[in-house]
Amino acid sequence: MSEILFIGLSLSSILLLIALGLSITYGAMGVINMAHGELVMIGAYTAVLSGIYLNINLFLALPMAFLVSALVGLALERLVIRRLYGRIIDTLLATWGVAIILQQLIRLEFGLTFFGIHIDGLGPGLQNMAVPAFLTQPFELVGLSIQPYRSFIILVTVLLTLLTWFLMYRTSMGMQVRAIMRNPQIAAACGIDVRRVSAFTFAYGSGLAGIAGVLLAGFKTVMPDMGASTVVDGFLVVVVGGVGSLLGTVLASVLLGQINGIFALLTNDILARAVVFAVVIAIILWRPRGLFAFRTR
Amino acid sequence: MNFNRRSFLKTSAVSFGAALASPSLIPGRAAAAGEIDVGVLFSQTGGLSIIEKSLADATLMAINEINAEGGVNGMMIKPIVEDGASDPKTYNEKASKLVIRDRVPTVFGSYTSASRKAVLPVFEKRNNMYFYPTYYEGFECSKNVIYTGAVPNQQLSNFIPWIVNTLGKKKFFIVGSNYIYPREMAKVSKILIEQEGAEYVADEYLELGHSEWGAMVSKIKDSGCDVVLSNVVGDSVVAFYREFKNQGITHEELPICATVTSEIEIQAMGAEFAVGSYTSFPYFQAIDTPQNKAFIERYRAFVNDPTAVTHHALESSYFQVYLWKQAVEKAGEATPDAIREAIKGQTFDAPNGKVTVDPENLHTYLTPRIARWRADGQGEIVDAYPEPIRPLPYVAYGETSDNLFCTAAGLDSSKL
Repeated sequence: MSEILFIGLSLSSILLLIALGLSITYGAMGVINMAHGELVMIGAYTAVLSGIYLNINLFLALPMAFLVSALVGLALERLVIRRLYGRIIDTLLATWGVAIILQQLIRLEFGLTFFGIHIDGLGPGLQNMAVPAFLTQPFELVGLSIQPYRSFIILVTVLLTLLTWFLMYRTSMGMQVRAIMRNPQIAAACGIDVRRVSAFTFAYGSGLAGIAGVLLAGFKTVMPDMGASTVVDGFLVVVVGGVGSLLGTVLASVLLGQINGIFALLTNDILARAVVFAVVIAIILWRPRGLFAFRTR
Repeated sequence: MNFNRRSFLKTSAVSFGAALASPSLIPGRAAAAGEIDVGVLFSQTGGLSIIEKSLADATLMAINEINAEGGVNGMMIKPIVEDGASDPKTYNEKASKLVIRDRVPTVFGSYTSASRKAVLPVFEKRNNMYFYPTYYEGFECSKNVIYTGAVPNQQLSNFIPWIVNTLGKKKFFIVGSNYIYPREMAKVSKILIEQEGAEYVADEYLELGHSEWGAMVSKIKDSGCDVVLSNVVGDSVVAFYREFKNQGITHEELPICATVTSEIEIQAMGAEFAVGSYTSFPYFQAIDTPQNKAFIERYRAFVNDPTAVTHHALESSYFQVYLWKQAVEKAGEATPDAIREAIKGQTFDAPNGKVTVDPENLHTYLTPRIARWRADGQGEIVDAYPEPIRPLPYVAYGETSDNLFCTAAGLDSSKL
């Protein structure tokens, strides 16, 4: 029984990891960021490349990936999204295009393949990130077999969730973000620099995606289109949880992860996936705005 | 000469057609004098390009070598390279282009069964020849395809008895990606497992490309099996082996015995996750013969990558060009019908040893081998047949060497 719950929990933590960044960019800012998966992918490649060239391990790769993805996110906000606030469908199309461009940049090694230059760690192939040995060897604790890597993911996810909660609800910056979420015009009238705060918020959400990428790289193959499948799961969680609600995102990922885990063990993974989608549809029918919703802009 | 009206009409129609097909109208027409055009059709882009590019490279390398030694019957081989883009529909279009517009007598290509099935109608309708280098599920008997990869009996008929008798394993957990190849492999495996007096405790599938293996590996752990037979394909392989180790299972107590995990996948996952697991293929990079060592060296020089790995489908891509060359030389002409007739029984000294094209079903005699993966990402060959064995594409349905379903006359569907 505890094993089933653990698998569900680890599935939940991965869902939450992806959805956390998304709940900020989509939830708080009303941007359907289709490039979120590519920011995850960039985080994973940051880990692979820093492993090859800087010889640094997973733990140092986490802040690196946060910075790289946050910078890419900041550039994305400045160049594209800033011009599209309030046009939710347009952001979907624009960021989808950005997603394809980012994928191809990695695949074509920033265009260097045209000149016959190959950068180790980039290109269309499969890459992998080394995981420190002590994170792959399970150990016994009070009769339970503990899987260190999955536990590590759960731990990081919990810490990031707490950090995000703190930033959003206990700092003045977070208060400004929440004010903008409710009504950007009034927030601006109160003297909040909406553009600056939005840019930072988007960069932070993107940075979280980068961290998710590093952790995913530990048990998934790193390749240019790895992000495309993860972003769907992220949106499921955010929509079920209620757009803009941190608590809703957390609960939705726990719920969907556990359903997935339990059904995967009792039947099989393919059926479990179908059950998850059925639950999502039922919840959306029952509560169109998600489990925890409030009025957004 | 027996000259009648009908054949006269046919010839004039053909020459009229040829006159229309002047170079200015149709670019890339049939080969100039002293050259033979052939098609090379693999994915240069898309998700499968990582593996398929290496197959295209091996094909081009063989063509280069043959040309350097004077070509075929004094004619140079001119490869026309097309990109299948990891998409069966594109494969079909490019195959039509090669056969109809470029009028090549042969195309070398395909990695997945999906892409082979997509081009098959083109080659059968136009009576052209396709050389397919990948191990596949069998259940096909085309007279327009030369199959140079392993079929299930060449990967499993040695593997299952060896697992039962040498490793002493009795309870199989069969796991695969959810499509035709793993399902057919499972079918053959079950027959062999029962023959050996062992049993299988489960037969499970995951979507192609699935990367969340937590639940499945946990199921394997609780199933009471003592060996895992894996027909998992593609990047799922990496996630599977990694999760296996993360859940604390070692290959010493519960080995993964795989039919797809090649040098390429081992490199992608990091060799430490596969140490002690097994794979069955007719070719491994680790085969310790001077021919193979020279082959690896030439391949690495050709692709300009001193660490490039070679694998089964890559080696087949290479030697099938030589089989084709011998057939053209024997026939004295490069037409599809002549190539098909001449290639029957052709033998070549490939890097993995002697290979022979079966005159009946146009598949290839190959030598089954089993390797145990080492920490350096190379296999250590722990078992090998003394000689190549006959390909039986319908072994899952009871085909034996004395009772062939697929013969030169075609498929005897009454036996299915």
